[in-house]
Amino acid sequence: MAAPQLEVRALDKNYGSVHALKSFDLTVNKGEVIGLIGDNGAGKSTFIKILSGVHRPTSGAMLFDGKPQRLRSPRDAMALGIETIYQQTAMVPSMSIMRNMFIGRELRTAGPRGFGYLDVKRMGREAVAAIADVGLHLRHPETLVRDLSGGQRQGVAIARAMHFRSRILILDEPTNHLSVKETLKVLEYVERAKAQSITCIFISHNLHHVEQVADRIVAMARGRKVADQPVHELSVDRMIDLIG
Amino acid sequence: MRHVKNVLMRPEVSALAMLIVMVIVFHFLSPAFLTYGNFQVLLQPIPEVALIAIGVTILMIAGEFDLSVGSTFALAPMVMVLAMAAGWGLELGMVLGLLAASCVGLVSAFVTLRIGLPSFIATLGMLFMVRSLAIVISGGFPPPFPRELDLWWIVGRIDLFRVSVIYLIVIALLLAIWLRRTDFGSWIYATGGNREAARDMGINTAMVKTVCFVLCAVLAGFAGMIQTFRIKAIVPTMGTGFELTAIAAAVIGGAALTGGIGSVAGAIIGVFVLAFIENIIILTRVDANWFRFAVGALIVIAVALNHLTRHMAARIKIDEEAD
Repeated sequence: MAAPQLEVRALDKNYGSVHALKSFDLTVNKGEVIGLIGDNGAGKSTFIKILSGVHRPTSGAMLFDGKPQRLRSPRDAMALGIETIYQQTAMVPSMSIMRNMFIGRELRTAGPRGFGYLDVKRMGREAVAAIADVGLHLRHPETLVRDLSGGQRQGVAIARAMHFRSRILILDEPTNHLSVKETLKVLEYVERAKAQSITCIFISHNLHHVEQVADRIVAMARGRKVADQPVHELSVDRMIDLIG
Repeated sequence: MRHVKNVLMRPEVSALAMLIVMVIVFHFLSPAFLTYGNFQVLLQPIPEVALIAIGVTILMIAGEFDLSVGSTFALAPMVMVLAMAAGWGLELGMVLGLLAASCVGLVSAFVTLRIGLPSFIATLGMLFMVRSLAIVISGGFPPPFPRELDLWWIVGRIDLFRVSVIYLIVIALLLAIWLRRTDFGSWIYATGGNREAARDMGINTAMVKTVCFVLCAVLAGFAGMIQTFRIKAIVPTMGTGFELTAIAAAVIGGAALTGGIGSVAGAIIGVFVLAFIENIIILTRVDANWFRFAVGALIVIAVALNHLTRHMAARIKIDEEAD
């Protein structure tokens, strides 16, 4: 059997005297949708910040496709195909859809990164195509993200992740502050990602949303993993017990 | 409709409208306004003020303030003139002056980004410290400016303008292209628009802000040199109050105090708006003390107009956006 896509072993993280993550283990296979649940302060955010390269673990190992990797920055994580969509901070509202799609990975006609001349035409074309791929219809790449609804923003963020061929997609509370209709849209985007065998780690307080899209539930409490089992073995009530 | 919306979305559009209205109204207020002689005088200090305003605007887009530009405006030419008096020559003097300015920018960046003070406080401190430095190194008696120097290449007269206008145009064009058409420019807008998001996408936001701090200080220092060349004298108190003029110009030109919004064109338009107001007050012989009142009123009106146009632009619905 091939090595799991992601394996985390005995991950620890201290913030000063706060022990936010305690010997956390996790194995994720390609194409799985993991529902990561837990109350505030359970260590979910700490774990995904480490996985996305924003924070470094105090100790422990992370293996991608069986190879140990050290993530020193979000760019390292992105290079491995790990894309994180944060609840509030995924987009720059004052910038256009196109600019948002390519932040930090702009297409250039000339020049090295940081000194490059932008290929605005190609960025516009690719942005529109990528957004259409997730089933969202926004034909004008110049539209400001500020003018989009919350669900559309999540759609653009997911389109961005899929466009850059990310292999592991981390969604942090993607359905927060969304209407029922828009929530369904976002869950649909996750289904589409899954259909393209993109691995998803779905974090939400809304256990009904988790139940709908996840294959497996990983529950956390006080920095530890307290459960890890297929979703059909769990009811929402049982999930509430686990994280309480 | 799409194009109307795109134009209204540009940050400098309401300032430009205001500027056009001002020209028309001022033309009727004073027949001397739209005359060759008047513009010859009016355009004199424009390159200097505009260079500062552009720097302040770019830094503001990145989400930070610089209140010390007026002091840097004095320090850089002071270093240059002292170096020249010590026999180092004009070129080396300019390089040293600009290096001094970039040090000011680096210190502001360090205090803001490493120590974590708001840039408003950090650069307020720099305003006093740098001004004091400019006076101290001059020893109270700045050396006389070498009048025999040939400075045509930078402040020579070409008809209505001075050569410095060409420097302004070239610098403004380059910086406008840098902001709008390069990846680094995009990072500046992203950093100021949502620092967390920019960082999460792998942008080194501290580096982006540091570059903007240094650029802002260097532009202010270069502007101070142009003024020194133009008036052929160095005074350690030169540029006092310019920080507020520059911020006023940036804000009138559509830059957002919260970062992420603004343009080079807006900064220049803002500078012209302020220059025209000052000019018309002189031409119509209104008590000059009204100038500050007019500037204050303009800032409020300009920002209100900005909000209004953006609101209008947002209300222009484009069909498929209804999704």
